[in-house]
Amino acid sequence: MIIPLLKGLAFTLGRFFSKPITIQYPEEKVPPAKRWRGIQYFEKDEKGKTKCVACGLCMAVCPSQCIYIETAEDEEGKRYPLTYELDVLRCIFCGYCEEACPVNAIFVGKNYEWVERERTPFLMNTEKLLEEKKYNP
Amino acid sequence: MQVVYLLIETIVKCVVVFACLMLSVAYLTWLERKVLGHIQIRFGPNRCGPFGLLQPFSDGIKAFFKEDLVPGNADKAVFVIAPMISIIAAISMFAVIPFGNQFTIPGTDWVVKLRIADIDIGLLYVFGIASLGEFGIVLGGWSSGNKYGLTGSLRAAAQMISYEVALGLSIVGVIILSQSLRLTEIVTLQAGGFWNWNILYQPAAFVFFIICALAEINRTPFDMPESESELACGFNIEYSSMKFALFFMAEYAHMITVAAVAVTLFLGGWQAPLPQLDFIPGVFWFGAKVFVLIFFFIWQRGTFPRLRYDQIMKFGWKVLFELTLVNIFITALVVLLKG
Repeated sequence: MIIPLLKGLAFTLGRFFSKPITIQYPEEKVPPAKRWRGIQYFEKDEKGKTKCVACGLCMAVCPSQCIYIETAEDEEGKRYPLTYELDVLRCIFCGYCEEACPVNAIFVGKNYEWVERERTPFLMNTEKLLEEKKYNP
Repeated sequence: MQVVYLLIETIVKCVVVFACLMLSVAYLTWLERKVLGHIQIRFGPNRCGPFGLLQPFSDGIKAFFKEDLVPGNADKAVFVIAPMISIIAAISMFAVIPFGNQFTIPGTDWVVKLRIADIDIGLLYVFGIASLGEFGIVLGGWSSGNKYGLTGSLRAAAQMISYEVALGLSIVGVIILSQSLRLTEIVTLQAGGFWNWNILYQPAAFVFFIICALAEINRTPFDMPESESELACGFNIEYSSMKFALFFMAEYAHMITVAAVAVTLFLGGWQAPLPQLDFIPGVFWFGAKVFVLIFFFIWQRGTFPRLRYDQIMKFGWKVLFELTLVNIFITALVVLLKG
């Protein structure tokens, strides 16, 4: 009866002197998984603008209906999104928008850290989606 | 004039011991969380200050600003008094513990003895006050008008009464050897190196004492009164704010005191383990020994699971009680035969 107790004590003492396996989150981070689906971003074209042609496929495929697009045409006759709104609070990060996109404009990124004090900043527009690219090199 | 000096000396010693004890209690909570954390291969508190060293203070401030609730169907007077009884009993036990030898104040012939009160029934006093401390827990659980609290205090009452018997019997061997209840005398008899310590003459009694002490201060293998898993914290379930903090502090102060008593009785008190190391002040040796014991208390908490209620009762009455009695008889027989 006593020897198992001592064995237990020896085991915990060994654990006491071993290095903790905790990952100290804000300072150390675990990279997200390879197929991690985080906050979306827009891929830029050569002019630095969005590649999106406002076809509306992402809006149609989105199961949580968090994407809203208004289409417009520029002087060359090319379609572009006049308003592109993505409500990140409603988004379920299924990644269908990325799959549906015919011009590879929208992608689901790796970023998962985003804190605000209000709800409004979470309504992403084109600029914000382009800016989000910096988290996804 | 002599009386005034004595009064001043006593007050200064009281304040210093109280301050040290409270500070140790604060850092004991930190130490416990750290050690338990490292045993479970994690860090423990490390956000608040370097190594989390400011954690006890932030905890204290938090407890202080919490809402102080008294449940509607609680017995209000008893509910308020119970934590006070607990903490007062835990702290006043330290009054007779000799934590060092004596020194002369430089430039005078005034000898300061490093203990608050050197009374000839010191050990009796310690055990009397220790039993008083249980009233805090029993009354606290009973007066809160909560069934879990009541169950906790019932268990506390039963467990403490059973283990106090074995605790009292386990030290009789030491009393037989030292022929005194005065703690200073018990320590003085253990002077001159670790081979004179009582633990070598009473090893079984030391083990029994530690086991009973763990039960007495409700540490983990015996933490029946506040069994988190089935009683949801037991006796202190209705307590909040500083009242809860008082119970908490009482528990830790009790732990220090029990360790101090064990050091005094079995590990030679303030005496150095080797005569060559006598130049280091006794307070250091006392602190170091208490620390080792407290580390053991925390360490075994991180190791052993809790016993079931009936197992604890069976162990207390059917094993420990008999073994301590046998220990007394053997000690007495040996002392008698040696003359």
